[in-house]
Amino acid sequence: MSNNLIYSINGPVVTVKNSTDFHMLEMVYVGNNRLLGEVIAITKSETVIQVYESTTGLRPNEPVFTTGEPVSILLGPGMMSNIFDGIERPLQKIADENGIFVPIGGNIKILDDEKLWDVTVLAKLGQKVQYGDIVASTQETSLIEHRIMIPKGIQGEVVEVVKNGKYTIKDVLLKVKDTHGEIHSITMVQRWPIKTERPVNKRLTLNEPLISGQRIIDSMFPIAKGGAAAVPGGFGTGKTMLQHQFAKWCDADIIIYIGCGERGNEMTQVLEEFTELIDPKSRRPLTDRTILIANTSNMPVAAREASIYTGVTMAEYYRDMGYHVAIMADSTSRWAEALREISGRLEEMPAEEGFPAYLPSRISQFYERAGYVETVNGKRGSITIIGAVSPQGADFSEPVTQNTKRFVRCFWALDKQLAYVRHYAAINWNISYSEYIPELTDWFNKNIDVQFLPYRQKIIALLAEENKLMEIVKLIGSDILPDDQKLVIEIGKVIRNGFLQQNAFHKDDTFVPLNKQFKMMQVILHLYQASKDYLVQGKSLSLVLKTEIFEKVIRMKYDINNEDIDKFDDYISLIDHTIRKIK
Amino acid sequence: MNLQYMGLKEVNGSLIFLDGVKDVSFEEIVEIILDDGTLRRGRVVQIQGERVVVQVFEGSNNISLTNTKTRFLGHPMKLPLSKEILGRIFDGSGLPIDGLGDVYVDESLDINGLPLNPVSRVYPRNYINTGVSSIDALVTLIRGQKLPIFTGSGLPHNELAVQIVKHAKIAESEAKDFCIVFAAMGVKNEVADYFIHSFEEADVKEKVVMYVNLSNDPIIERLLTPRCALTAAEYLAYKHGMHVLVIMTDITSYCEALREFSSSKGEIPGRKGYPGYLYSDLASIFERAGIVKNTKGSVTQIPILSMPNDDITHPVPDLTGYITEGQIVLDRELHQKGIFPPVGVLPSLSRLMKDGIGDGYTRKDHSAVANQLFVAYSKVRDARNLASVIGEDELSPIDHSYIDFGNLFEKHFLNQGPNVNRSIIETLDLGWRLLSTLPMTELDRMDSELLKEHYDYQDAITYFKVIVKSTVKALASTRAVKND
Repeated sequence: MSNNLIYSINGPVVTVKNSTDFHMLEMVYVGNNRLLGEVIAITKSETVIQVYESTTGLRPNEPVFTTGEPVSILLGPGMMSNIFDGIERPLQKIADENGIFVPIGGNIKILDDEKLWDVTVLAKLGQKVQYGDIVASTQETSLIEHRIMIPKGIQGEVVEVVKNGKYTIKDVLLKVKDTHGEIHSITMVQRWPIKTERPVNKRLTLNEPLISGQRIIDSMFPIAKGGAAAVPGGFGTGKTMLQHQFAKWCDADIIIYIGCGERGNEMTQVLEEFTELIDPKSRRPLTDRTILIANTSNMPVAAREASIYTGVTMAEYYRDMGYHVAIMADSTSRWAEALREISGRLEEMPAEEGFPAYLPSRISQFYERAGYVETVNGKRGSITIIGAVSPQGADFSEPVTQNTKRFVRCFWALDKQLAYVRHYAAINWNISYSEYIPELTDWFNKNIDVQFLPYRQKIIALLAEENKLMEIVKLIGSDILPDDQKLVIEIGKVIRNGFLQQNAFHKDDTFVPLNKQFKMMQVILHLYQASKDYLVQGKSLSLVLKTEIFEKVIRMKYDINNEDIDKFDDYISLIDHTIRKIK
Repeated sequence: MNLQYMGLKEVNGSLIFLDGVKDVSFEEIVEIILDDGTLRRGRVVQIQGERVVVQVFEGSNNISLTNTKTRFLGHPMKLPLSKEILGRIFDGSGLPIDGLGDVYVDESLDINGLPLNPVSRVYPRNYINTGVSSIDALVTLIRGQKLPIFTGSGLPHNELAVQIVKHAKIAESEAKDFCIVFAAMGVKNEVADYFIHSFEEADVKEKVVMYVNLSNDPIIERLLTPRCALTAAEYLAYKHGMHVLVIMTDITSYCEALREFSSSKGEIPGRKGYPGYLYSDLASIFERAGIVKNTKGSVTQIPILSMPNDDITHPVPDLTGYITEGQIVLDRELHQKGIFPPVGVLPSLSRLMKDGIGDGYTRKDHSAVANQLFVAYSKVRDARNLASVIGEDELSPIDHSYIDFGNLFEKHFLNQGPNVNRSIIETLDLGWRLLSTLPMTELDRMDSELLKEHYDYQDAITYFKVIVKSTVKALASTRAVKND
C-alpha cells in the first residue's frame, strides 16, 4: 500500500504533501482507478502531478503509486496499422472491450501479447551485442519488416538463442551475458521514455527530397528527408487536407499520423480512407505502413501534450531499424495550448499571450528530433516532421507560429483568400519558402533534370511579377497594361490554375510524379517564351489568347495521364504550331 | 450516509469555500440549503486537503457564512432521462420548468459524458436536405456534423435555424425518429419564445426537448446547459436510435459565462480574458456530435454564435471554427440588401461536404457546380471592387458579365425567402442556369462533359432577360458553336 496520498485536486493537476518518494518526470498511477500521471514539480512540502485522464470522481486521500521510471511507451511489433491515444492505449481494443466511449483508468494491454509472430533470429551464439544491434526480425505487416534491437543498457555476449519460429512478444528470444556475468533476457518489446531522444551515431546532411506528389511542394518549396516543415493556416484553409495528402502519397517508408487535439471525425476519416487506399508503389493498403495516434480535442488535455512525444518516440524506434519515417502532427498549436493550460493550472508566470516562457524551447526540442542519421547499428534512417499550426485568428504573428518558424526550414503558409476561391492546396506562394534548395540541388540535377531548378526559379519570378502587376490591375483594370505585362498576367493565371492548383479528388492529379511536374513547368515556360517572341514582332496578344492555347495548357494536368509523359512534347510542338499559324 | 456541513469559510462570486470537509470527490454535486429552506445546487471545482471550493449553480445571492447547510451527494452531476423528455421544457441545469412534474427516470447519465472513441465513430456521409439553396449547394449539412452559424446582432440567424428545422423535418419525415434538442444559453426571453412558437407552428413541438437558460438566469447554470442538452441528445440518439438535431444558441454567451467563472476562480486569463482552456472546453461540447457504429441514431449540431462586432477573428468564433466542421457565416451587407437568408458565400464552408455529395448522394455535378459558383462569386467581388474605383462603365466585357452574374446570383439563388423549400435538383439546375450567363471559357472548374450536358447560354440569357454587351455575346456564341 502506498502512503503517498492525494492532497489537492484542480482539474488535471493533483498534489501530494510531504513526500520524498517522487522523481521529476516520473510516471505515477493516481487514485484507486490508477489514472496515469506524471510528476512535474517537486518541493519539500508538495509534489505536483499532472494526470493524463479525467479527474472527475477522484478523492483526496486516495493513494498515488510510484513506478520509478519516466513516462514511457512500449515499443515492439503490433504497433503498425494500429491506432492509439496520446499515452499509447490501443483504441480499437478499448472499443472492443468498453463500447463507444473511452473510459478512464483501467489496465489495458498495449500490444497483443497472444499473437504469434514469425521470427527470424539473426544473432548467433557467442556474438557480442550492444544497444541497438539488430538480433531478430519479423514481418510486422506486408510492408514493414520489424527489426528487433537490443534495448538500452544491455551489452555482452549472446549465450542462448531460440530457433526461428513463431513466438509472442512475451517469449524470450535470446539471453545476453554482460561483463558482470549477469544474464539479460531479450524479448521482442522494449520500453522507452517519451521525452528522451533515442541516441544516434551521427547526423548526416540532408540531400534527398521527400516526394509528396503535390506540385506546389515538390517543385516550388520542397522538403528534404529528415527536414522539418510547418503548415500554418486559419481554419478551413486545408491544413488537414494537406497532411492527409502527404500521409497518403509521400515516399517515406512509414507514416506516423498524430491527431493532436483535433476532430474525432477526421481521425475516423483517416482510418476509413487508409484502409481502402492502396499504396501506388507496393499495391498494399496504406494502413500497412501507418500508425495513428488520436488524441482528439475532447480527450484529456495532458495526454494531448504527451501524444506528440509518443509519436516521435515511435518514429525514432522505426528510424533505428533503418526506415524513413514521416510524422504528421496535426496540430502543434493544440499541443502548445495544452502546455498553456497546464502551465496556467500551475500558476506559472505567463509570457506572450498566456503561453509559458518555455514554449520556444519545447517547440525546438520537438523539431530537433527530426533528422537524417546514421543509426547506432550503422543503418541510415530519417525522420521528417510536418507540423500543422493553427494560428489564432489566422494571424501569423502569434507566438506558436513565430516560434515554430524559427525551428523549421520549410514554411508552407496557407491562405484564407485562396481557400475562399477553392484554390487548393491553398499555399500562398508569395510568403512560403523552403531553405532546403541548396542541399537538394545535386539530387534534382542528377535524378530529374539540370533544368529543374532554373525552371522553378523562373516560375517563382513570374509569379512575383504577376503579383506586383495585379496590384495595379486591382486599381485601374487590366485593359491599359501593355501586351508584355498582360502576358505575364495571363501566364500567371496558367501557372496558378494549371500548375499550382491541384485536385486531390482527381485520380491522376492527386499524386503527380516529379518528371511530370518538370514537363509541366517546361510546357508552361515554353508557352511564355513563344508568346513573348510573338509579341516582340509587334503583334497583339489577343490573337494568341483567341487560339485558346492557354486554356488547353491549363487543362493539361487532367488531359495527360501520369504515365504518358511523352505527350508533353506534342504540346510543345502544338504551341509552336498554333502561334505560327496565327494570321 | 451524508454529512451536512454548517456554515462556510468564504464566499466569492459564485464560489463558496468550506473547511474541514472529508471524503469528497472532484466534480461531485453539492446541495446547499439556506435558512429559509431554499435549495441550491453546486459542484466541487477544487479540493485542497480538507478545504473545498464549490461552484453554486444558482449564484451566491443571500448566502452568508452562517446561514447554510451543505450536503455532498457523492456523485458527479447526473441527468435523469427517459423518452418522456420529448416535448418537455427544462431549465439550464435539467430541472423541469413547464409545470408538468418530474420525468420518469429510465437512466441517469453523467452530464460531462466521456470522449467518444474515434474508432467507434462512423464517418458522416448522408446529407440533410435543408431546402435552402445556399446551404444545400454550397455548405451542405451532413448528418452527424457540427456546423455553426456565425452571425451578428440584428441578423436573422434564428429565422434561418427555424427554416432549417422546418425543412429538415419534412425531409426526414419518413424516418419517424427525428427530434430536436434545443439549448438556449443566455438568450433573451423573446428569443426563447420565438423558438417555442416556431416549433409549435412547424408542428414539431412534441419532438423537441428544450433546455432554457435565459440571459438573467445564473451564469453557472449556463455552463451546464449545453452539457445537459447533449447528454439528452446522446441518450436519444444512441439509446433510442433517433436522428437528433441539436440547436444551441448563443455560444458567445456561454463563453462569456465561462470567462466570468474563470476570473472568479482567479485563473490566469488567455486572449481577451477568456481562460486558456476555452478550446478544450468548447471541444468537449462540439465533439459530442457524430454517428457511432452499431447504432441507428446520430447527433447533428447547429450552434448559433454571434460574433462580437462582426469580428470573425474574435477568440470565440476563431476557436469554434477550429473545432467545428465548417461554418455558415451570415453577411450584414446581404441582409441590408434585403436578401434572406443572407448567407455570406465565400467564408462559409462545410468540411464534410466533399464526401457526402455527388453520385449516389445528390448529383454527380454537385461538387463542380459548387466550386464554380464559389470561384465566380469571388470574381464578382473583384469586379465590384474594381468598379468602385474606375466606375462600372470602364469595366471590361468579362467583368461586366460577372457583375451581372453577381446580381442575378444574389437575387435568384441566395434570396430564397423564408418559405420556399427547394430540392437539391432544383438548386443545382438554378446554379447551372446562373453559371450559363457567363461565357463558357470562364467555367474553368468544369470538365467538357458536364459543360456539354448542362451549359445553355441562350436559355440562361433569355430566362434572366440579361442585356449582353455585343462583345461578350460574340465571344460566347463562337465558343458555343465550336463546342458542338
